[in-house]
Amino acid sequence: MAIRDILTPFTAWKKVFREPVTVKDPLNDRPGAERYRGFHKNDLTACIGCGSCEAICENEAIDLVPVEGIETKSGDSGLRPLVDYGRCCWCALCVDVCTTGSLNLTNEYTWVTEDPEDFRFIPGAENKPWDKLEAGWKKPEPNYEFYSLKREAMEELHPGDRDKSFIEIVKGYSKEQAEAEADRCVECGICIATCPANMGIPEYIKAVRNDDIEEGFKILYETNPLPEICGRICTHKCETVCSVGHRGEPLSIRWLKRYIADQVESSEYKRILGTDGIENNGKKVAVIGSGPAGLSAAHYLSLMGYKITIYEQYAHAGGMMRYGIPEYRLPYDQIDKDVNYILSLGVDIHYNTQIGKDISLADLKEKYDAVFAGTGLHLGRSTRIPGTEHENVYQAIDLLNKITDGKEIHVAEKIVVIGGGNVAMDITRSLTRLQNQKYGKVQMIATALESEKSLPADVEEVVEAREEMAIVNPGWGPKSIEIKDGKITGLHVVKCLSIFDEEGRFNPQFDENNTNFFEADMIVESIGQGMDISYISGDIKDSLKFDPRGRVTVNEYFQSDAPWLFIGGDIIQGPDVIHGIANGHKAAYGIDNFLNQNK
Amino acid sequence: MKEQKNIFNWQPDRSKYPKVKENGELDIDLTSEKFIKLWQGPNHPGVTGNMAIELTVSGDEVVHAKTHVGYLHRGFEKLMERRLWIQCFPTCIRMCVAEPDYNEYLLAKSAEELSGIEVPEMAEWLRTLVLEMARLQSLLRTVPGQAGTLSLGVGVQWGVYLRDLVLDLFEELTGGRVYHMYILPGGVRGLLPDGFKKRMEDVLKKIEEFIVNIENLMFKNIVFKKRTIGVGYIDPAWVDQFGIVGPNARAAGFKRDVRKDYPYLKYNELDFDVTYETDSDIFARSVVRKKELILTLDLIRQIMAKMPEKGDFKAQTPNVLHWKIPAGETYVRSESSRGEYGFYTVSDGSTMPRRINLRGPSYTHAVSLLEKMLINANLADVHSIMVSLQTCPPEIER
Repeated sequence: MAIRDILTPFTAWKKVFREPVTVKDPLNDRPGAERYRGFHKNDLTACIGCGSCEAICENEAIDLVPVEGIETKSGDSGLRPLVDYGRCCWCALCVDVCTTGSLNLTNEYTWVTEDPEDFRFIPGAENKPWDKLEAGWKKPEPNYEFYSLKREAMEELHPGDRDKSFIEIVKGYSKEQAEAEADRCVECGICIATCPANMGIPEYIKAVRNDDIEEGFKILYETNPLPEICGRICTHKCETVCSVGHRGEPLSIRWLKRYIADQVESSEYKRILGTDGIENNGKKVAVIGSGPAGLSAAHYLSLMGYKITIYEQYAHAGGMMRYGIPEYRLPYDQIDKDVNYILSLGVDIHYNTQIGKDISLADLKEKYDAVFAGTGLHLGRSTRIPGTEHENVYQAIDLLNKITDGKEIHVAEKIVVIGGGNVAMDITRSLTRLQNQKYGKVQMIATALESEKSLPADVEEVVEAREEMAIVNPGWGPKSIEIKDGKITGLHVVKCLSIFDEEGRFNPQFDENNTNFFEADMIVESIGQGMDISYISGDIKDSLKFDPRGRVTVNEYFQSDAPWLFIGGDIIQGPDVIHGIANGHKAAYGIDNFLNQNK
Repeated sequence: MKEQKNIFNWQPDRSKYPKVKENGELDIDLTSEKFIKLWQGPNHPGVTGNMAIELTVSGDEVVHAKTHVGYLHRGFEKLMERRLWIQCFPTCIRMCVAEPDYNEYLLAKSAEELSGIEVPEMAEWLRTLVLEMARLQSLLRTVPGQAGTLSLGVGVQWGVYLRDLVLDLFEELTGGRVYHMYILPGGVRGLLPDGFKKRMEDVLKKIEEFIVNIENLMFKNIVFKKRTIGVGYIDPAWVDQFGIVGPNARAAGFKRDVRKDYPYLKYNELDFDVTYETDSDIFARSVVRKKELILTLDLIRQIMAKMPEKGDFKAQTPNVLHWKIPAGETYVRSESSRGEYGFYTVSDGSTMPRRINLRGPSYTHAVSLLEKMLINANLADVHSIMVSLQTCPPEIER
């Protein structure tokens, strides 16, 4: 120790002359940093109330609550996050996990209030001074995600390998792919409300993730007795609202459903589902039509103990699923797999039996305790433009029906298909295959009123049709079919400007100066289908009510004004498979209630 | 070893001290008026955090000390067994308030090691930077804090101001000042903001100036020297017996540093030597921490110079909402400003950890070692000795 040890510390005195470092007004002077994790703000219009923020919050500081002015609708739970600042630790995991990116933190960090209850608030719904602040924590970019936004790619047949045959295009997921895809799910359940059948989607996806196929299979059959079929051709409305799809690609819910169903052998169905030895309750129900609605009703009624008899007009079961959808999308053996299981529950089926012709509806009323009719839309609609009466103008639905039956159909060298829906794409792609087989080349034009952006067909259908060398040229209205020397030479079209008027009614407007001519030897019309319910006649018809579009009026359980008659499927709602399934399921409960009401 | 004569430590000759009874307790008759029982803590300005030392003093000399913990138990290790892995990330940091970043890093590292996830290089650099910044802000309190225990509060004021400047940098980078929540499984939560390097350099320069000032204020101060040299001696033989780590071991001549011995992150790409002293008293430990502060400045500058400008900073992990970490166990460690800081993590393959156990340096330093060091200490030196071990009760109890 030395004398300098006594003196040196006094050098600290020189700091006396320094500027003080104290911040005079820290609350007002100093905004939080650009990334500061301060108070929450939420864009209520972008938020869909998926609840991922609630799920990840380790402090349970977030609750999803109803908010005035926000309605529950498809793709939106109608709930919004309420944050409790007595619990929040401002970790911002809620921001990072947010599926829509609506939730952010601001750089505001002071809030004085007399009432502690104020600190439980709904960001965005209560006007807060920081709602308009731009600075604050946002989800870091780029390549920072809590779940993958990219879909597991589905393997498909290459266009060159599929354009001559009806082999199934989609190959299905492997175990690894399915588990990786299932991992992306945030389990928000937004999809459940949108699915017409309200399938337990997050639960069966969870089963895939846990490699518990039997559990997943049971969940499928709770609401959908046609998983092989729906797993292939469902219109997957669930995917359109998938919360992961807001910033990335939605989950492949349909393919995951198919994955589960594909893993289960037919022989295992009854063991897994526990459907051996169902006791018959002695009551009989007739089902007209073996489409999705009829099969669904038959399935759920069978489980309840009813003796079911299905009447089917064609030689095979499946209805429009078999006779409308081409085999390359839905192979017949997969339809059989689903149908055979339902039949194995003790369901009788009479093929080639048409109601109103082979047996009347009144007879069914006499023989059975209740009747469910799901007869579908099997009548093609015509454009009725000049020339449609020509023999080489066909209805898509008739041709698809014949292709299914293996019957010979006329395939011209140059074909034009009118229509932009999935049925139009089905016939376009079926005919390109047949053209390829017959001529070794494709000369096919599909045209529709709708513009490219508003085509009703699934995007992948259009893309794949083009891959198979069909020309899809939308936005034209058919004007007339030109016929020379008794032979069709082509279709005159005019540019379509708009389809619906201001009141939303079908009222297409054309630019008569902008015309086109598509060469063809054969025209196929596919502008929608109508129903044939002529089997409902006489007294029965008189006892029913009909809506302006000619559909029978039914209650929420699809019960008509003739209490024994339940009607569902495409002739009531849809048209698609999943609505049919949902209708059949609901109607089964309705029939059960009806037949047990005197107990 | 210098100034041996001043050393208060364990005296082998016990004839002057209370006898030990058969049941192991000291034979102290408090009614004899020769001894006083004195509680220092659980709330006491001389005790770091909430823990108590039950002292038995004779005159102003401690004859027996018993440490008591249990005032801060929040059960974080248990809580994490009921949290998703991602939810443990805001929980684990609270185990040590002074340097929360080590908890973040170790949790992330455990999860990554068990599930075999590779972290992008950019994230490795940013993690190294954040851990060194954490050491920096911790040392800015601890180094002058030692003089603070001897009533020299000026240095503490300087240190706290500079620590706030470092916290400003943390706020810019991570969005938080104390709980940064920046290092999460898979990587980190963002790149450096624009102009960050320059602002960091400005702060580092101010800290360099501070080191010169603190050198004059503390280390060339006769009072500080008189009160610390030879006081709070740790016998090098105890280092392995008690599991002493970090600056406390390095001040006893052990060149032990996890950064060097078991390099993690980018430490093997950085050029540095382990700092150490041999006197093993409070002064030596202060000197080691001062050198450590200088080393940290150097390391931060090296990191800033070597790290890439841009790059991916987070690997894609499985969906965090149901991330199952494969079953297994691992021990990961890092060098905190107090010494080796490790997580022993067990996963049973579910979405939540089966067990996370923190191996913190304070547990060995403040509970058992302190009891031994306080024997024969002067009552006025008790808190100075405790602070010299840099203990952190929140980390003892979790």
